[in-house]
Amino acid sequence: MNKIIEKQQLSETVFKFVVEAPLIAKSRKPGNFVILRIGEKGERIPLTIVDSDLEKGTITLIVQTVGATSAKLCKLNTGDFITDLVGPLGKATHVSKVGTLLAMGGGVGNAPLLPIVKAFKEAGNRVITVLAARNKDLIILEDEMRKYSDELIVMTDDGSSGRKGLVTDGAEEVIKREKIDECIAIGPAIMMKFAAMLTKKYNIPTQCSLNTIMVDGTGMCGACRVTVGGETKFTCVDGPEFDAHKIDFDELLKRLGAYKKEETEAKNH
Amino acid sequence: MTENTDKLEQERNESWRAELRNSMPMKDRVAIERVKMNEIPPEERIKSQTCEVNTGLTEEQAVLEAKRCMDCPKPTCIEGCPVNINIPKFIKNIERKNFAAAAATLKDYSSLPAVCGRVCPQEKQCEAKCSYLKMKKEPVAIGYLERFAADYERTSGNTQIPKINAPNGIKVGAIGSGPSSLSFAGDMIKLGYDVTVFEALHAIGGVLKYGIPEFRLPNAVVDAELDNLARMGVKFEKNFVVGRTASFEDLKEAGYKAFYVGSGAGLPNFMNIPGENLNGVMSSNEYLTRVNLMCANCDDTDTPVMHGKVVAVVGGGNTAMDSVRTAKRLGAERAIIIYRRSREEMPARLEEVKHAIEEGIEFLNLHNPIEYLPNAEGRVAKVRLQKMELGEPDASGRRKPVPIEGAIEEIDIDIAVVAIGVSPNPLIPACLKGIKVTRKGTIEVCEETMQSALPEIFAGGDIVRGGATVILAMGDGRKAASAMHDYLSKK
Repeated sequence: MNKIIEKQQLSETVFKFVVEAPLIAKSRKPGNFVILRIGEKGERIPLTIVDSDLEKGTITLIVQTVGATSAKLCKLNTGDFITDLVGPLGKATHVSKVGTLLAMGGGVGNAPLLPIVKAFKEAGNRVITVLAARNKDLIILEDEMRKYSDELIVMTDDGSSGRKGLVTDGAEEVIKREKIDECIAIGPAIMMKFAAMLTKKYNIPTQCSLNTIMVDGTGMCGACRVTVGGETKFTCVDGPEFDAHKIDFDELLKRLGAYKKEETEAKNH
Repeated sequence: MTENTDKLEQERNESWRAELRNSMPMKDRVAIERVKMNEIPPEERIKSQTCEVNTGLTEEQAVLEAKRCMDCPKPTCIEGCPVNINIPKFIKNIERKNFAAAAATLKDYSSLPAVCGRVCPQEKQCEAKCSYLKMKKEPVAIGYLERFAADYERTSGNTQIPKINAPNGIKVGAIGSGPSSLSFAGDMIKLGYDVTVFEALHAIGGVLKYGIPEFRLPNAVVDAELDNLARMGVKFEKNFVVGRTASFEDLKEAGYKAFYVGSGAGLPNFMNIPGENLNGVMSSNEYLTRVNLMCANCDDTDTPVMHGKVVAVVGGGNTAMDSVRTAKRLGAERAIIIYRRSREEMPARLEEVKHAIEEGIEFLNLHNPIEYLPNAEGRVAKVRLQKMELGEPDASGRRKPVPIEGAIEEIDIDIAVVAIGVSPNPLIPACLKGIKVTRKGTIEVCEETMQSALPEIFAGGDIVRGGATVILAMGDGRKAASAMHDYLSKK
């Protein structure tokens, strides 16, 4: 049982939670995730750790209401408890001094992106961040990102904030303008697919962090299988970050919808 | 071992045992027919995932079966048991209707008798060494009697706790909460250690909870055994991944002097054939975890599980049987085992295969999947099978399946469950600098002591064996407890 210390609404469907988890706060690294469960009948879902506070012994999680579990979590308030929380899981991001990093965030993907942007900045890199969402209200963590970025570009589908266009439009301008040594893209699978296609064109090493379906999160079930460079990998133990140019995004997109039928039925209950 | 033999003989010579032996002529004992396990009829039991198939023996049946045991002067059955339970002693206690003493005898050797009585392959262990076999008769139903004694105690509401030494204040950790770790924890707590069991999942029990379905091993039975361990003083930490949540170094700083790694073989194997990552193809671990641990088949839980009219399960082991019988219970019209060898070579327990056949499971033996084919939505729709025949024996001693050239067929399926074995989970070995692992990723240990290359780390069960049975894993836990006690006593 982990106590919720703070809750904040970031957009219509996105909430930030600061949760008591002293051991995880101490051992987590950028890129790690936790698995949590709400209630005895709840499902286990993975969530990236956005931040931690060693002194307070807390971790920060950001969640968007998409399924039954995320909806249950978003209904919890300060003082409530998360039934089960385990982590940190997954391989940590390989952070080093590369020169200039171009970070692309889409929608709630900004949440897992933030600790990576922060780590690269602290490692002495120049960091350019492009954030994108459908509209102004859906851009989250803009101020935090700005704090750790040398330059921040905001793109919206409708032009209600920043410039009108896709994340790849903003990113391509930067790539054409200056030398980029490494890219990272986190967001919806379709956005990551196009981001990977863009950076492949320019031959820039790129990582993507995948948010696949998981049950245990420790390598036991294989629900998170993804094909990378023709080989099957487990996102939970081999990832969650992989070489974007080698990920089979079409397979990933299909696998993300594996339980669509069952989930629709569950919602209709 | 002479000490043990002496003790066995001493116990056998106690007056009650001698009287009991003389109370019935041997020829009358051997004339009794082996008891048949009571079962729920197949058409009834396949309606529910939680309806236990075997219902156990009645008191009358158990006492009669116990009379069959000849209380041999050299009880070879004990050699067949990986934890060396004093089998004649517990059986003779059943014969004299002292069921509590029978249960207490079991608990002197095994921390999970009600579990072992249900899932041990007795036909390959204790019962395979029973003297009756030499007389060309069916062995004493040791497994059924073990289950009877353990169940009797559990349902009597008067569960005894074995004798526990005074606490010595020395902290030790068991990693994983499956049968191997629990067996280790049970022995260490009896020796007076301060034992904590760490589990990564939200439920204690490991494979007993996520793997073995309730129709074979009810959760209530596992929970009762866990309660016993807790009453004995074993502490449980769930949602804790040793090496991640806290490092071994952190735990050592917190006072832990030694660890037993019983983290299991948690990584499912796939065949690496085309189409295996299609939706609808999954590991048996995923399928069984969704149903057993997450209750995905219940209406009021959030976790989904796929349902299909035709479910194919690839493999011939106990996990394959558990998966295919689960599919039947979840409503599959056709639940099919696809196995590349023949019935003879199947590693599953005979009882599981018998139950599966009774429940209408189809067997496509001598068939091997070579490709999964999708429908228009990209879900699995067909499996392409290569027909096999048996050739010369291979390294395992079993006849090797060889493809029959050109003999390929396709069958329509909705779901495929791959149950072809597991590999050691690399999570723990990766966190231990200096530990030696084999090419297969199992932890290397000294066979006698289960001690690894790092003196304070012991290991056993599937993380060492790569994939074995509950009772072998428990035997490792016992061995490790005794060796760790020696190691810590000398320190």
